[in-house]
Amino acid sequence: MDISDEKILDIEKKANDIRISIIDMLLEAKSGHTAGPLGMVDIFATLYFHTLKHNPKKPDWSERDRLVLSNGHICPVLYATMAHAGYFDVKELKTLRKFGSRLQGHPHRDFLPALETSSGPLGSGLSQAVGMAIADKMDHKDGERRIYCMLGDGELDEGQNWEAVMLAGKNRLNNLVAVVDRNNIQIDGFTEDIMPLESLSDKWRAFNWFVIEIDGHNIEEIADAFEKAKAIYEKPTVIIAHTIPGKGVKEFERDYRWHGKPPNKDEAKMALQELRTLGGKIKSEHE
Amino acid sequence: MLNSNLKLNKKIFDKDIEQAPIRKGFGEGLVSAGEENPQVVALCADLTESSQTHLFKEKFPNRFVEIGVAEQNLASVASGMAAMGKIPFITSYAMFSPGRNWEQIRTTIAYNNRPVKIAGSHAGISVGPDGGTHQAVEDIAITRVIPRMVVISPCDTIEAKKATIALAKTDTPVYLRLAREKTPIMTTIDTPFEIGKAQIVWESKNPKVGIIATGALLYKALEAAKELEGKVEVEVMNLSTIKPLDEKAVIALAKKAGKIVTVEEHQVHGGMGGAVAECLAINFPVQMKFIGVQDEFGQSGTPDELIEHYGMGKKAIIEAVKSLKQT
Repeated sequence: MDISDEKILDIEKKANDIRISIIDMLLEAKSGHTAGPLGMVDIFATLYFHTLKHNPKKPDWSERDRLVLSNGHICPVLYATMAHAGYFDVKELKTLRKFGSRLQGHPHRDFLPALETSSGPLGSGLSQAVGMAIADKMDHKDGERRIYCMLGDGELDEGQNWEAVMLAGKNRLNNLVAVVDRNNIQIDGFTEDIMPLESLSDKWRAFNWFVIEIDGHNIEEIADAFEKAKAIYEKPTVIIAHTIPGKGVKEFERDYRWHGKPPNKDEAKMALQELRTLGGKIKSEHE
Repeated sequence: MLNSNLKLNKKIFDKDIEQAPIRKGFGEGLVSAGEENPQVVALCADLTESSQTHLFKEKFPNRFVEIGVAEQNLASVASGMAAMGKIPFITSYAMFSPGRNWEQIRTTIAYNNRPVKIAGSHAGISVGPDGGTHQAVEDIAITRVIPRMVVISPCDTIEAKKATIALAKTDTPVYLRLAREKTPIMTTIDTPFEIGKAQIVWESKNPKVGIIATGALLYKALEAAKELEGKVEVEVMNLSTIKPLDEKAVIALAKKAGKIVTVEEHQVHGGMGGAVAECLAINFPVQMKFIGVQDEFGQSGTPDELIEHYGMGKKAIIEAVKSLKQT
């Protein structure tokens, strides 16, 4: 199913709204992660507004696709996308990380049951997604729903990922798609300085996965990759998405220091102005 | 004297009492649980036969997942399967699961509220010749500290089978502690079992000391009680569910006996004795002695040699009872 130009434009607009929400949330929360969430907006928007089989009004619909967020610290993008998709009121986003909020600092499904898993400690999401895919194969439900797992690249330092990668390859889990946010940064610096991952695509291929590399900000490429994965019969698919950390706000882009901190008031004001004017393309700044 | 209501093995004190490994009862119970509920599945980390999971694998090959030597993956894959409605049992040695994969159990199973059942075989010092690396004597402590986790340590193979069938019907995570060696079969198929219920196995009208035991060492406690008969009156409790603790029964025994000895094949810190002490400190403080491993690691040897060396045998229990009585 090719994606129409109209749909691409629509998703791009949604992505901009989600980025604005992320800045608003982080400013209000005064803690949290900025770079990862902004970098993954285009992929989350494409999933929730195009690819995923889901119903925000019926989050427990059994035939829904499952999305497991492994790198829980980028949850502002998950929460913001879910709110814009209609799971809950966008106003609730400002409760992020506050006492009693359903939007815990790292996702907890006790608080927000529409989440598929709780996550935060890195390296265990893919195992859970593999378990879901194996269960669906067992029950012959792999034709009616698919399992998606979102991973960070720094997260791949965790050995457990590779245990899961091996098991998925062994079991030929073609109902499973992993997405690696290849933004090249982690808390302490650039991934290739902290713990080199390259050649990343060769690693996955060696474990019997089908590998697709894409520009993680090109909606058409993103949508096509998810569509292509559906046609791969013999293997699970990994989409290595090359993204720009902090994408959408020039000041934040490609700077690992934005991995784990929120913007202050002035930085947020600047970021919101950039997003609301579409990077200066339009003059009037809408609230 | 033995509690006749429990319909215990009549040959319990005979020299030729039948023995079987506790893990065997688990293997049989898992098959029964699988027959009762098609959602029961089993996952193993390359220890299928020694964890007795092979019985389930042979009966339900399509509901068995071989994970390989990867215990962290084992725990989280099971969590994912539980998310799709399965009741997964994960099996390995206790040292590796819940040992190596503790954080995955804590976060992806318990925090995530998934009803995964963790069966840890080869727990305790009586693993024997494999040595200290393989002797899990910390597993009760690290599982009972996790919110939502139920912790069960059956006393023999029959109780292990009943516990396995019962825990498959619960909607919480459970840790089931199993042992490798053959140990005496004290209970019968007619002995009642309920998760969370302690039982007085050896009764006394006017006990001076209460002995609370868990796992196969219950037999050593019963041998001690028999030898003390006519000298020091004791009551012996089988505390197979360590969490949730049967507080009512523990407090009642403390009130009746006034002094408590706990007996477990586990570190004395943080184990079953610790759970009993936490309960009594709040509700009815009494003097206690803790039989268990005294803050050290195990080593190679026969199970009997090791139980004696680390002070968990009949003699050590009798000494603990006598020293408490004198105070």
